[in-house]
Amino acid sequence: MRERVERLERIWVARPGVLGWLTTTDHKRIGLLYFWATLVFFGAGGVEALLLRTQLAQPNGDVLGPDTYDQLFTTHGLTMIFWFIIPMTTGAFGNYLIPLMIGARDMAFPRLNALSFWVFLASGIFLYVGLFLGFGPNAGWFDYVPLASRLYDPARNIEFYSLGLIFNGIASTLTAVNFIVTIFKLRAPGMSFNRIPLFCFAFLAASFGLLFALPALSADLILLFLDRNLGMHFFDPAHGGSTLLWQHLFWFFGHPEVYILIVPAFGIATEIIPALTQRKMIAFPLVAIAELLVVFIGFGVWAHHMFADGLPTTTLVFFAGATAMVVIPSTIQVFAWSSTIFTGLPRFKTPLLFIVGFILFFVIGGLTGVMFVAIPFTQQVTDTYFVVAHFHYIIFGAAVFPIFGGMYYWFPKLTGRMYFERPGQISFWIIFVGTNLLFFPMHIVGLLGMPRRVYTYPGGMGWTAYNAIESVGGFVTLAGILLLFGNLVVSYFRGAPAGPDPWHGPTLEWSVPSPPPEYNFAVVPTVSSAYPNWDEADREADRRRLAEGVGVLDDGHEQVVSTLVDGEAAEVVKMPHSSPWPVLLALCLSGMLAVLVVEKFAVAAFFAVLLALTLLGWHSTEPEAE
Amino acid sequence: MPRAGLVTLTAAALVVAGCGSKQDALSPESGASRGIATLWWKMLVGSALGLGIVALILLAAWIRRNRAGVPGVREGDRVALGVVIGLGIVVPIAVLSGLFVFGNVFLIRKTTMPTAAAAVRDRPKLTVRVVGHQFWWEVRYPGTPAVTANEIHIPVRTNVRVLVSTDDVIHSFWVPELNRKIDMIPEQTNQVLLYADRPGRYRGQCAEFCGLQHAHMGLYVFADPPAVFRRWLDGQSKPAPAAGSRLFVDKCGSCHTIRGTPATSRVGPDLTHVGSRTSLAALTIPNTPARLREWLRDPQRVKPGNQMPRVELTDAQIRRLVAYLEARR
Repeated sequence: MRERVERLERIWVARPGVLGWLTTTDHKRIGLLYFWATLVFFGAGGVEALLLRTQLAQPNGDVLGPDTYDQLFTTHGLTMIFWFIIPMTTGAFGNYLIPLMIGARDMAFPRLNALSFWVFLASGIFLYVGLFLGFGPNAGWFDYVPLASRLYDPARNIEFYSLGLIFNGIASTLTAVNFIVTIFKLRAPGMSFNRIPLFCFAFLAASFGLLFALPALSADLILLFLDRNLGMHFFDPAHGGSTLLWQHLFWFFGHPEVYILIVPAFGIATEIIPALTQRKMIAFPLVAIAELLVVFIGFGVWAHHMFADGLPTTTLVFFAGATAMVVIPSTIQVFAWSSTIFTGLPRFKTPLLFIVGFILFFVIGGLTGVMFVAIPFTQQVTDTYFVVAHFHYIIFGAAVFPIFGGMYYWFPKLTGRMYFERPGQISFWIIFVGTNLLFFPMHIVGLLGMPRRVYTYPGGMGWTAYNAIESVGGFVTLAGILLLFGNLVVSYFRGAPAGPDPWHGPTLEWSVPSPPPEYNFAVVPTVSSAYPNWDEADREADRRRLAEGVGVLDDGHEQVVSTLVDGEAAEVVKMPHSSPWPVLLALCLSGMLAVLVVEKFAVAAFFAVLLALTLLGWHSTEPEAE
Repeated sequence: MPRAGLVTLTAAALVVAGCGSKQDALSPESGASRGIATLWWKMLVGSALGLGIVALILLAAWIRRNRAGVPGVREGDRVALGVVIGLGIVVPIAVLSGLFVFGNVFLIRKTTMPTAAAAVRDRPKLTVRVVGHQFWWEVRYPGTPAVTANEIHIPVRTNVRVLVSTDDVIHSFWVPELNRKIDMIPEQTNQVLLYADRPGRYRGQCAEFCGLQHAHMGLYVFADPPAVFRRWLDGQSKPAPAAGSRLFVDKCGSCHTIRGTPATSRVGPDLTHVGSRTSLAALTIPNTPARLREWLRDPQRVKPGNQMPRVELTDAQIRRLVAYLEARR
């Protein structure tokens, strides 16, 4: 048994040092790279938010001028959505955990996975280079034309927007494809479709969402780039174009995007709740279907972002109907989560506290979302702070709270150490109070008539006190977040050893040592339910098979491929290990897109040639087929 | 004499309607706005109930947290499954259907323009055309030569059709105390119903991000008694005397119009009756000689990023221009 494990360790050992990280294709290392990179972007987005709140703390503030303010609020939105939440949930949590949960040794396309990270990183650097050069995107994350057209925005700000997002979209698409194939094909034998952990269902839903939503955004961005740089007229009504075309394409992406942001967080909740209540999820199949359905229906509601556009009433009513329908999968999940907590034996440790906070935030943000079903009400409050409050309750409360909860929950798995419970709980309460101070008064100022995206506002409108409270809330939230990360850093060095399974968790990642070895599973795990780590007999069988040397797969980087629906073992394939091609390909791609900003098309063509050569190199080193 | 009467009546109206400097969607002054505000309060009560139910379940779980439990993993619970189906599917469908029908069948009628088939008394008696510009509002009264900016006058208790369009980027016309908002889109003309229950001044603001000075793109709607409104519109329709306009035509004529003078450019606001307005630069500053002087000295300092360039003017010229403009009442 011992020699088998040692043999696996020799086969799967990573290259040492920086080179090891640059060429890694290990999903866990890529997950960690994503984690650290997105944390940096989270910090940047947070600093931007606090600058905005400082400017708005009092009427007629003069901390930021209008130009800086516009760049910062645009970059704040972009950063939090595209460079923090999506890459944090899919890139970091998904990459690290999905193979471990389904009993696989890596993602289906390890090199694609690495490429996705490097392209993502380059896109973020690109955006921030623009900002620091004074060319940060400045027309809002929704970037409506004609304001974003060259006539009204002649500098290069919008090129950093459009190319940065095309870039970022490539990374997200690669990740989405990878997740779908991984969850479909690399599940441990026995994990039929109805035994896929809810966490993976959620990521499956988000991945399909990305795959179908991103093309609309990419098309929109390319049309915008052509309009601005090659004198085309897709969005120019004076020449037969349409500004509404931009909006339709943008929101066809933009609304599913909201669900793409929060569904992975639902997945995190459906892991933490069973573990900390020692209870299987109530209504498991309903919740799984709801996770998929929320994204699916989410594709039919985009025009509720356009209720004030003057579209025909019939159109509006259709989209209001879809907006009502999308509520149902959400209410199913809310009551499934809360009744599971109620009927289980809840241990209100920090991760579960964040999930309780998440449920409350999601319900508040969801209820204000339900109000948008009433078209006249939407037309009254759209583009006001009421909407800002609504989506921050959803995005901060319902996406970031589970991310924080998940950081605590999987901390022992990643580090092998336990975090400190008491500071953890205190950090939850500070963040909970801070975010409510920060976001709740926004409902009120919105109803009192304060529009969004204003860099300042006059006194005497009844908005002053609420804005002051919001700004204080921003800094309280900051204190809580600093405590959270401080706790995790100290715990990393001083925390008590956690062992492989401190929570008695339900899924397979808790059946391997902490931190998991490079090869994840010494033996292909046995699965007979959706909570495989609670099936003692199966885990016992694993240990027996390892001792007997059955199903160890130690003839190279081997991995079982199983059938789509029933999860029966179909074949054994060899996986690529470390490779220099992803990072090189990302470099060429970044070079190509970056020079497009300055309209050096010849240089871009040069990079395109390099790109093609790199692709050749990539394909010349395919792992040998068995 | 009519002018003095107008001022007194407007002042009286302001007292009646409160200060008029807010744009509070919850202080409705029309049937449309009241319908929306009433719906809001009902939805708030419903939402409080919904949040209450979830919070109670979680609170109960918290209270029971230390109870002795049977060790081992639990599963299955028919009652809980019933709760999920009942509260998660059945109740929401009922509530949403109610909200959908009420909001989108009944309320939507109150907030949109009466159709051609509506009763005669509901049909709009007046049409106002508002054109959005970076960062001000051009206001026209079709059928009259009257053109003004940022301050719309309408007769009280009358359905007014406001046709909105834009000259540049997308803006959104919004006077929350009177009705919901409507976007100003380049490729189409939209319309919105305005109606005010009481005479008064109602504040509005651009609600779609439109560039650097989106924050300073306010407007007032003055609802006047019909006779007062008529007199106002007659006054606004008259041209200004050509005498004394030379400096203005010289310095400002390439962008602005004063009807009756050779200055006829349509880039900036029509200033024929600028002296009769209460504010300048889309409510950025009050219309006083001192603030107008400040504005003329350097518009970019008062409202950075607005479209009016700094014009080289001597102090004497500024004084003369201010006197001339303030007299355009």
